[in-house]
Amino acid sequence: MALPPPDPQFVLRGTSAAVHTLHFSCGGPEPDIPLLFSGSENGLIHVWNLKTHRVDTALDGHGRKSVYCVETMGDKDRLLSQGRDQRICLWDLAEGRTSVTDSVFTEHVGFCRCSLLKVAQGRWLMAMAARSLEEVQILELPSKTSVCTLKPEVGAKLGMPMCLKLWQLSCGSQPVLLAGYEDGSVVLWNVSTGKALSRLICHQEPVMSLDFDSEKAKGISGSSEKVLSIWSLNEQQNLQVYKTHQLVNAGISDVTIRPDKKILATAGWDHRIRIFGWKKLKPLAVLDYHTATVHCVSFSDHSSPRHRLLAAGSRDQRISVWSIYAQT
Amino acid sequence: VCFIPGGLDCSISFVSHVLGKVCVHGWQKEILGVLVPRLTELTKSDCIWQRICWQLVECVPDRWMEAVVLGFVQRAPGADVLSRLLGNLVVKNKKAQFVVAQKMLLLQYGHTTAVLQNLLGYLALDSVRRTLLLRVLQELLETWSSSSAVKHSPAEQQLYISKAILICLSHLKESEIASCRQELLTSMMEGVKCHLESSLPQLRRLGMVVAESISLSINTEGPVLKFEYEEDDETRELKSLLVQTPSFCVVPSLPDDDRSEKAGAALPLVPESNEKSYTAAPLMPDEESDAELDSDDDLIPYDMSEDKELKIKAPMYIRDCIEVLTGSRSEDVDKWEATVKALESLVRRNPAATREVSVELAKILLHLEEKTCIEGFVELRQRAQVAVLTTDPIPVAKYLTSQFYSLNYSLRQRMDILDVLVLAAQELSCPKFHGKTKHSGVQKPCIQLLPGSDSSKGWRRIVDERIKSKTRRFDTGQSHVELASRPNEFNSVAGYFFFPLIQHFDRPLTTFDLLGEDHLVLGRLVHTLAVLMYLAVNTVAVTAMGKALLEFVWALRFHTDSYVRQGLLSCISSLLLSVPAERILADMTEELLETQSWLGDVMEKDPDGDCRRLALQNLLLMENLKKKLEAVPS
Repeated sequence: MALPPPDPQFVLRGTSAAVHTLHFSCGGPEPDIPLLFSGSENGLIHVWNLKTHRVDTALDGHGRKSVYCVETMGDKDRLLSQGRDQRICLWDLAEGRTSVTDSVFTEHVGFCRCSLLKVAQGRWLMAMAARSLEEVQILELPSKTSVCTLKPEVGAKLGMPMCLKLWQLSCGSQPVLLAGYEDGSVVLWNVSTGKALSRLICHQEPVMSLDFDSEKAKGISGSSEKVLSIWSLNEQQNLQVYKTHQLVNAGISDVTIRPDKKILATAGWDHRIRIFGWKKLKPLAVLDYHTATVHCVSFSDHSSPRHRLLAAGSRDQRISVWSIYAQT
Repeated sequence: VCFIPGGLDCSISFVSHVLGKVCVHGWQKEILGVLVPRLTELTKSDCIWQRICWQLVECVPDRWMEAVVLGFVQRAPGADVLSRLLGNLVVKNKKAQFVVAQKMLLLQYGHTTAVLQNLLGYLALDSVRRTLLLRVLQELLETWSSSSAVKHSPAEQQLYISKAILICLSHLKESEIASCRQELLTSMMEGVKCHLESSLPQLRRLGMVVAESISLSINTEGPVLKFEYEEDDETRELKSLLVQTPSFCVVPSLPDDDRSEKAGAALPLVPESNEKSYTAAPLMPDEESDAELDSDDDLIPYDMSEDKELKIKAPMYIRDCIEVLTGSRSEDVDKWEATVKALESLVRRNPAATREVSVELAKILLHLEEKTCIEGFVELRQRAQVAVLTTDPIPVAKYLTSQFYSLNYSLRQRMDILDVLVLAAQELSCPKFHGKTKHSGVQKPCIQLLPGSDSSKGWRRIVDERIKSKTRRFDTGQSHVELASRPNEFNSVAGYFFFPLIQHFDRPLTTFDLLGEDHLVLGRLVHTLAVLMYLAVNTVAVTAMGKALLEFVWALRFHTDSYVRQGLLSCISSLLLSVPAERILADMTEELLETQSWLGDVMEKDPDGDCRRLALQNLLLMENLKKKLEAVPS
């Protein structure tokens, strides 16, 4: 007799706008307060205190244009946010400051979230969709120098890049980029040479979101159709379809794998969050709390497993926080 | 018939005379049936026989030339044979040139495609004759692009000319096309315009196919003209004419062996590769199941039985539907979609509630535009409109007919009104329909370029069946299934459907002129009136409707658009079938006699084949009417 799905541990209200992106920062040592950053459609970034469940600070740096990507760079004092005002802002939040230290003008008018990768102490690579329709630009931060521009070949007709993930196999190895495009294909790029290594058509509709497990060399992508596609990377750096999973309702906005690689969560257009086991993609739970499209899901980076949380942001302006499968 | 064997110099002009005389007297088939195969054989390799043949035909006197040339062109098995038989006759002889280049192509249109191929192929085979080919093409194009020809010549002739144009195009070489590119382009532009303006879908399709072909031949690189139309046998046949297949030659046996060897070699390869893939496949699942043994079974799934497909609920009440449909909130598109899909059944289930808001609902539906991309939106809207109209006929019919003649509606909306009136009338008058299924064969609302000709065909079929049943004089009685009888609901409302439509047809508005440019809508209106008349059988108003319709038809009987004329003739058929015979003879005798003489005229002189056929049917119906009344003992 299966248990009914759990209720959210708590719900954060107060953004007064649809929530588009979430990012946890809970890895710090004990006196540090666990934080959740959320980006909303009204252009504000809220910093939530997970002990008091209240907003500590609200950051306004995107001119009231929707914020659709929030990431921390290293620790909770350095924040990166991307908004529909075509800018990526770097924030300094140490000691209570709320100032934008730097910004990058991307000229990108789409919704493609940027991807960060730490390559060395104090040095980051950032992949972002560029001004030209099909291109992805890699910048080095904080120097903002361009590393390379990844252009698909003429006639490839990939469309806009929809989602990006930079990763490297181990520290010091070559960084590679996985990019999901509007035509439903996922392309693996070699960042140093700027060449595409492999392309796989996973979906008939645009790829909405993807995530990748570099240990198992397996990735998952979600689209606007009813299929989740799991693909793998073999030794020759070729992408192959591993499995597909049919969903009950069409449309996935976000998909993310938990850092311990045991489970993954998908945010659906049908207002539901689905949890799957990562090994075999066994459906584990359907969390039905929200009353509108769920835009984003994020797992926390707590050092102790039993504190781990899952947060989901939705168009109904609420952020639900769940504790699920925390014991394993 | 035998010929003097070679070596002697002889004159065969008397043979030509005999041949000519025989042909002109009508024995073409017999004599040429023997002559042509013989000559084909003899001229195949022998030059002397070729020259004899040329002499033969050249010496035929002018007054008999036409019959001979016609016969040869029709009988020759191919263009190359014709070339051997006639040589350069068309260049040397004026009469032959006239027959081949003018008469057979422009003045006659009964010849088969094979004959056309022969003729034009013959012109193309020799460089001297090719100038004639170009001239022929130019004249054909002139006819094709002239608007009066498109309007007044019969469809069969237009098809013939189109075929001839396509065959000419297939024979032209690059250089020749380049030299007359400009003229081709001009005539194509003019011609396509006239064709697209026509009300008959067959002519529009013809125009489109020919224009596409011309564009293809003059623009070998770069964008070509491409129309969207339904492919059918005719268009496929036309397009196949553009490609010239090489003349048939006997396939020697050697290549056959080669081919079969290759086929044999290919076969063993295929099973090998199949085997390989099969051996590869079983490996994969084994590996997978090994890896999955140490699964994450420690994660227990929760209960997911509640996880079902997300369904947006449609409103349950008519007034809620009205709110959703008129609401300006752009967010609730899901609800809007669900409402549009559910509206028809809601209307039918709640007749009382519908009657309260019927006119408002009709207004909303008439102006409803597609907000999101739903499949079958036009059909859904139409069915909802029909449901509203049948639930509350009188006020809604009044509204719709008044809107038909109002300002600021698009042609599509006016034609929608007509379609809805017809469908509703059908539903009201027939006990079979409970609104669930649509009658097959009758109105399928065609969205794009086939306005109502499908519906007119369907009705013609029904009218034909009815005529057939009448002429056979059998009383086939009621249909085979015993249906529950219901009072004819159309009876009380027929007038409200019919008379407002017929009232204002001659009053032009700024945006809508039935008697002027909008003759397409006029054609649809006429067909609609014919259907309404037909459905009004056994109603009280039928005689009054008949009289009004007869006057209407009389006023429009000389309209230039053949679609309108077909509609007028269908009106007469419906009238003759629906109005009881006694009433026709009592009230409409004089008008009927006048109509009869008009019908006779149409039957003989109308260029459109369908019009002639309909006129004949009407005359037959009138005959039957007279006989029926005479048979009644007084």
